[in-house]
Amino acid sequence: MIAVIDYDTGNLRSVANALGRLGAEYTLTSSPDEIRSADRVLLPGVGEASSAMAKLRERGLVDVIRSLTQPVLGICIGVQLLCRHSEENDTECLGIFENEVRRFDLPGLKVPHMGWNSINGLRTPLFDGIDEGAYVYYVHSFAPTLNADTIATTEYGLPFSAAIARGNFFGTQFHPEKSASVGERLLQNFLKL
Amino acid sequence: MLAKRIIPCLDIKDGQTVKGINFLGLREVGDPVDLGRLYAQQGADELVYLDISATFEGRRTFAELVTRIAENINIPFTVGGGIASVDDAGRLLGAGADKVTVNSAAVRNPQLISDIASKYGNQFVVVAIDAKQVDGQWRVTTHGGRKFSDRELFSWAREAQERGAGEILFTSMDHDGTKNGYPCDTFARLSEMLSIPIIASGGAGTIQHIADVLTRGKADAALAASIFHYGEIPIPTLKAALHQANIPIRL
Repeated sequence: MIAVIDYDTGNLRSVANALGRLGAEYTLTSSPDEIRSADRVLLPGVGEASSAMAKLRERGLVDVIRSLTQPVLGICIGVQLLCRHSEENDTECLGIFENEVRRFDLPGLKVPHMGWNSINGLRTPLFDGIDEGAYVYYVHSFAPTLNADTIATTEYGLPFSAAIARGNFFGTQFHPEKSASVGERLLQNFLKL
Repeated sequence: MLAKRIIPCLDIKDGQTVKGINFLGLREVGDPVDLGRLYAQQGADELVYLDISATFEGRRTFAELVTRIAENINIPFTVGGGIASVDDAGRLLGAGADKVTVNSAAVRNPQLISDIASKYGNQFVVVAIDAKQVDGQWRVTTHGGRKFSDRELFSWAREAQERGAGEILFTSMDHDGTKNGYPCDTFARLSEMLSIPIIASGGAGTIQHIADVLTRGKADAALAASIFHYGEIPIPTLKAALHQANIPIRL
């Protein structure tokens, strides 16, 4: 069973639909017990970092998420919450990844970064069968910086972490659930980790 | 590199796809979900579903169709037509839409843009603007081009951005349905003026028209309907040609 963490941030439906298309069994839940006992955990979401962290705190999920040992995948705001700190309203995040989350702040750059952009420097089995330079779908104004845990890079003005991995924790800044066949392959890979 | 997007637009009336010529002479072209899935497989970067009957008949939502689209389509999609309140937008988000477009209702009540953006995020709000040139000025129209508002294109687009629009979808009602190309100078001016993406709509008849609006017109995306629906320009052919022309495209 896959636990999709429901913390009232919208777009859970998109992730659930994508899992449904892959024939995966999932449950949308904010129950610490269900999350702890799941084979896989997904932390999706769209929204603003400080209110998303507040929602995790309200539901008593901060320590639950930190203590997980099964494969965990954060998507979009989900990967940002797994990072150390976000510039968005100066938010302390979960600190699984050491990365800082920064705003796109270059003259002439359209923000949000919206649309299909390519990923490179692909590492780990999360990207098995996915080609260098493959296109994935993004909608975001903030992104994690690069560091040794970066497993895919995208460039928009500056390079940033398209995906990060550390131990059993994974995260993608892009939306695999909206990234056509490339995204489906990534989700399948995650289910096989 | 961020790719320029190709977006088929499916006009929906009574649950079926239609494409009007200058919004008149409606003609059916297929099941919205099947057609959307086909476009996604062919390489469409996003889809737009517009409920064109909504404004006329007071039909506010087509949530049931949106639910079915969300279950079946693996690329982002936008829905619009008759969205007049934050609740309308929220219902469509709940049904699985990635974005909504607001048009006539936002012209009537610009606060709607601010309200939807602050509740669901800027990325969720696409402001669609239909405009027509009158004495050298771009006048914003509503109700599918049937009514003139007192607004002017550029100032309205700027206000929309300031209120939290995530994208602008601009249609020249002088060009829509003509297949004579887009007003590229107008698009370029819009794109340079704004810091949010511009989707060009209305007027594409050839691959060159689309290449022009994405380069000279500085648009971030091109939206079209009939050229795709009737197979005049298949999406794979279009994207290969744009790639050949060194326009960044997802192949």
